[in-house]
Amino acid sequence: MMALLMRDLKLAFRAGGGFGFAILFFFIVTLLLAFGIGPDVVLLGKIAPGALWVCALLACLLSLDRLFALDYEDGTLDLLTVAPIPLEAVVFAKSCAHWITTGLPLALVAPLLGIFLDLPAEGYLWVFLSLLAGTPALSMIGAFGAALTLGLRRGGLLLSVLVLPLYVPTLIFGAEVARRGTVGMDVQTPFLLLVALSFGALALLPFAAAAVLRINLR
Amino acid sequence: MSLWEYANPVKFFALSGRILPWVSGFSAACLLIGLYWGFFHTPDDYRMGSTVKIIYIHVPSALMAINAWFMMLVASLIWLIRRHHVSALAAKAAAPVGVVMTLIALITGAIWGQPMWGTWWAWDPRLTSFLILFLFYLGYMVMWRAVDNPDTAADLTSVLCIVGSIFAVLSRYAVNFWNQGLHQGASLSLDKEKNVADVFYQPLLFSIGGFILLFFALVLLGTRAEIRMRRAAALRMRHGLE
Amino acid sequence: MVYGHLMILSVKDLSVSRGGRLLLSGLNFEVLPSEALVLTGPNGLGKTSLLRTLAGLQPQAGGEIITENETAVYAGHADGLKSGLSVIENLRFWADIFASRHRLNDALEQFDLSDLKNRLAGRLSAGQKRRLGLARLVLSERPLWLLDEPTVSLDEPSRQGFYKTLQTHFDDGGGAVIVSHTPLALARSPKVMDLSLFAAQGFFTTEVDAFL
Repeated sequence: MMALLMRDLKLAFRAGGGFGFAILFFFIVTLLLAFGIGPDVVLLGKIAPGALWVCALLACLLSLDRLFALDYEDGTLDLLTVAPIPLEAVVFAKSCAHWITTGLPLALVAPLLGIFLDLPAEGYLWVFLSLLAGTPALSMIGAFGAALTLGLRRGGLLLSVLVLPLYVPTLIFGAEVARRGTVGMDVQTPFLLLVALSFGALALLPFAAAAVLRINLR
Repeated sequence: MSLWEYANPVKFFALSGRILPWVSGFSAACLLIGLYWGFFHTPDDYRMGSTVKIIYIHVPSALMAINAWFMMLVASLIWLIRRHHVSALAAKAAAPVGVVMTLIALITGAIWGQPMWGTWWAWDPRLTSFLILFLFYLGYMVMWRAVDNPDTAADLTSVLCIVGSIFAVLSRYAVNFWNQGLHQGASLSLDKEKNVADVFYQPLLFSIGGFILLFFALVLLGTRAEIRMRRAAALRMRHGLE
Repeated sequence: MVYGHLMILSVKDLSVSRGGRLLLSGLNFEVLPSEALVLTGPNGLGKTSLLRTLAGLQPQAGGEIITENETAVYAGHADGLKSGLSVIENLRFWADIFASRHRLNDALEQFDLSDLKNRLAGRLSAGQKRRLGLARLVLSERPLWLLDEPTVSLDEPSRQGFYKTLQTHFDDGGGAVIVSHTPLALARSPKVMDLSLFAAQGFFTTEVDAFL
């Protein structure tokens, strides 16, 4: 499992691996949002926590269709299915790699983009922490969606349609943590729920995703 | 003789053909009684005026919107565990009915909400949950259409339905947390003595019964159509046309 | 590495399907240690589907496949190589998956890859890629090799090298099921089975049958 994780990381960081696209996309969408809303700093500051969450979520979505597709096309997934590690572990390792190359960088960059949106000073920490706690769920749910749409025509489009509704609870709790943290309210309840959601997704969804992969590989 | 015998497509087809006219007939009768009674022989509500009458469509459709998904969940589980084709096809047939019920509930809700709350749409937990449910239905139906092999499609949509159910419940709680609403509490429940006043209650029961039977009739009809399509595909294959 | 089995694979009345259509039926065969079974037949007959069924990648339409767990390793048309990783990195990954790093040098030498060790897999020729794909078989340390057209795009020296590797595998008591259009020049001539004798055109799996 570690071998798979390390290989995925290596592939992502090498030239042509696609690492950094999600962050670039995050950056551009955030700027576009500011252009769309207008330079009203009060308004921007107010919507910044939620806006950053939505933009990060879209950036995460963008990178999902590559999660299994490359290994599917070159036959690696077939070979891994008959290898001595369970497919659930394969899904878990690949989701972790996706989180390290996408979710974690997004969480790190989000406070910086907060500057553009005039995020109040109290918000930086909570935007970062909420994304740190919430992005594992986004990666895992996305892995399930990617497994579901593997090898389909127009799979990328279908993936968004399937995954975005599944992202609703994570988004609500995550944005709520960021919003409450920014205005100085108590964040304990939504933060714990967000963490629970991430752990729940990490514990259960590999089974669903592996089941779906087996069906798609038949 | 067990119930599972009717999981055989041919047997199911014969039985459902006999049942279907009766279910449709009773559904029409219940709906006519419920709606006619409700619309013309109940008084206006002292607070809501005649807008209250939309309850005879709003509540049953909302009820069926949720129950249709629940039925799809059960049918998906039966398919995954026992691999009866009828079960998978019934789940497939229920989805369009469910999505229309959801849409009716949303639209009648908007029509009712406009005079009552002064707005067509509010980010109320119940309304938002139904909107999310609507998206889940669409995703499920798109998934069915995207996959060519029918058995693979049945497998994938079944897993999607199960995972979707969990996330639908999570969304419901998340949305509750996110915004406390305008919507009144449940119109009906078994443990409460008085829900809505009796005058509204009795025709409402007829209307709900009519919607349940309508749902059954439509699902039977849809499942029969799906079985016919699968049969046609199998025949084409036998004659080497595909 | 010596495998200690009496029988590696036994297939009884096996049926193979693809997309609801039954392709092959009534298959009965065994693979004993040190034995190769070569499958022949025209395209579209279901040779690849049979190999995938034997590998456990798709469910059988009927009959029995008797093997021990984790017996088989499959090498299909796609080799599962990452062009962004070097030869040694590709192999090391599979060695870690199969917990067999001690075989890494064996695999490199048997397929004559030692000199190419640090080259990116994307820069290899088709034949070199194929060799790299096959080297994975050595790393798996599994007794049953399921090979789909293994000699495609191999030149004569590489082909000889591959035969030598197969021979070592058989000497260790391993077996193989090989789909091949060209005859294989093995020391001990393999059993050959013409799959067109088992073609099941016009029949359906029970799944489709249920609707007729």
